[in-house]
Amino acid sequence: MLILMIVFTFYPLINAFVISFYKDYLPLANDGAGSITGYTFANYSVILKNQLFWQSLKNTFVLALVSVPVSILISLFISVALKSIPKLKGFFQTVFFLPYVTNGIAVGMAFAVMFHRDYGLFNLILGWFNISPIDWIGGTASWWAQMGALMIFTIWESLAFKILVFTSGLQNIDKQYYDAAKIDHATKWTIFKRITVPLLSPLILYISITSMIGALKAYNSVIGLFGEKLGGQPYSMITIVAFVYKYRSDFSFQGFYSYAASAAIILFFITLIFSLIQTTVSKKRIHY
Amino acid sequence: MEIKMLDLTKIFISKDKREVHAVDHVDLTIPSGKLIGLLGPSGCGKSTTLYLIAGLLRQNVGQIYFGEDEVSDMPPEKRGIGLVFQNYALYPHMTVRENILFPLENLKVDKVEAKERTIEMANLVGLGEMLDRKPKELSGGQQQRVAIARALVKKPRVLLLDEPLSNLDARLRLQTREEIKRIQRETGITTVFVTHDQEEAMSISDEIVVMKDGVIQQMGEPQHVYDHPQNLFVAQFLGTPQINVFNGVIKNKKIFVNDMLISKTDLPDQPVKIGVRPEGFIVDLEKKSDFKFEIDLVETIGRDTTLIIEVPGNEGGLLDKITFKAIVDASLKIKAGDWVHFNVKPEKMHLFDLEGKLLK
Ligand SMILES: Nc1ncnc2c1ncn2[C@@H]1O[C@H](COP(=O)(O)OP(=O)(O)OP(=O)(O)O)[C@@H](O)[C@H]1O
Ligand SMILES: [Mg+2]
Repeated sequence: MLILMIVFTFYPLINAFVISFYKDYLPLANDGAGSITGYTFANYSVILKNQLFWQSLKNTFVLALVSVPVSILISLFISVALKSIPKLKGFFQTVFFLPYVTNGIAVGMAFAVMFHRDYGLFNLILGWFNISPIDWIGGTASWWAQMGALMIFTIWESLAFKILVFTSGLQNIDKQYYDAAKIDHATKWTIFKRITVPLLSPLILYISITSMIGALKAYNSVIGLFGEKLGGQPYSMITIVAFVYKYRSDFSFQGFYSYAASAAIILFFITLIFSLIQTTVSKKRIHY
Repeated sequence: MEIKMLDLTKIFISKDKREVHAVDHVDLTIPSGKLIGLLGPSGCGKSTTLYLIAGLLRQNVGQIYFGEDEVSDMPPEKRGIGLVFQNYALYPHMTVRENILFPLENLKVDKVEAKERTIEMANLVGLGEMLDRKPKELSGGQQQRVAIARALVKKPRVLLLDEPLSNLDARLRLQTREEIKRIQRETGITTVFVTHDQEEAMSISDEIVVMKDGVIQQMGEPQHVYDHPQNLFVAQFLGTPQINVFNGVIKNKKIFVNDMLISKTDLPDQPVKIGVRPEGFIVDLEKKSDFKFEIDLVETIGRDTTLIIEVPGNEGGLLDKITFKAIVDASLKIKAGDWVHFNVKPEKMHLFDLEGKLLK
């Protein structure tokens, strides 16, 4: 078991780490044995000077830092609301769960249709309020519109799992705490803030770490929504993982494979740092 | 403040769609400033009654008054009651201080005053040193006192306690029971104390209310209810060891059990159930009494001896099986196998009809 774990989790990581230091790596040269001309730190400095890499960092950070807290808040509210209408719960759970069991890229394509400038659902609704149509994902779309569309889609897609986790978490909270809070004159909002959220805090931590990791690895959503072009304009919505893929698939260029590996290693450390920050910050605020 | 319940009824629909009358047409007045013990077997509707008073449940029929005010439709947060739950329901993520402070914060009590009242209340229940602990760092008895402090700190009009001692060990039970009594006396707050332990109810309450199947059986001062039970259920529910019950008949103003004369009465001829408290037997040293038995077992604890008598029924069911306990003076030195003649103290004997209603 331990050996399997080492083989399947640590080996690829270490391997990527090593590749990120190869100089002039050509993976298919020498009949597939690959060729290098030595070891170097240069791969990192090359991608750190790459405009596209910084674009991917910016996109990924904005997406993760906004979509994670917003989707957690929304799913908390929905879960609490679902609790007070037990009859409709099954129906809504299906609605919110559908995107979870459907392929992300397929849902993304459906959203791409909904975001269409001329025929899309979103602009239709905006039209009811006399707001002129926005180009969300087309060639003239602004960065903000594209990010907005990606954000809406990402949040929607991630609600299902969160709602599922939170509703089952809520079921485990003893009803007596709510009775006690009522006796203690607490309002609904106070009960949410002072009872529900703290008692769910271990789950909220778990969800925020896992969904932060998920958001930092965003890729499917971009492909689904924008296609291979990765944006309204080429690469405008590129993410770190998309950056890795781009250089990985261009491996026939000398050294590109190592750039991909370096970017992946940087992503690994970013993820690690985020998780560590979340755990330390929450140590002070998590109960139990 | 007086609590008055009029025709109060709560019906639950059980899973198999049957109606459960958890509280059934209850008329009850709880006098101001008193500690009332609400007593009855498990499932008789004690918690339901308490939750109705608290407003956590809504009655199907009937009204509730706090003093002059009708509160029947008032939500719990407006009723101004303090409630201690069966398992305390302390907020696990808050310290003792935060738990006690919570109702005051919700009531928007001035911060400085709230702090002072919290400390004052913690001292009253003897937890002044433990304000910064979390509930799980406290013993059961300490948790229970936090729950009482949290219920009392907002100066409620009524304090409701739902089997607050049921999770404590025997010694802590006795100790906290006294403490509740003391706190109730010091604050003079109208208190309803729910328990299924009759001894606990008898020792702590100014008055007890005995309940069964959602119906009030009897209310009164503990000793009075013990001495004058209205029906067989109350007679059997109060007192340890339990009251002895004999099947008997009244013939010509004489009461017989298995053809033995046990006592006399003015009641007309009829079959009866005869309740005799274990302490209601006198050993007839002159052996004149007709009511005589061979002793099966003798248990002596201190000054008291408990005689246990078992007579199997016989002769085609003509004679009833009899088992009973009698508590007598240990100095009589009665041994198993001895024949003992008993007289019965009239005030310790109660006659009921076959439905269990007291005969007068
Ligand atoms: N929410 C509910 N749904 C259906 N039936 C209920 C509900 N709550 C209580 N009951 C029923 O009502 C009756 C009274 O219950 P209650 O909890 O008041 O009893 P209790 O006297 O407090 O018992 P205990 O000593 O075990 O706490 C029981 O028969 C119980 O099964
Ligand atoms: Mg109960």
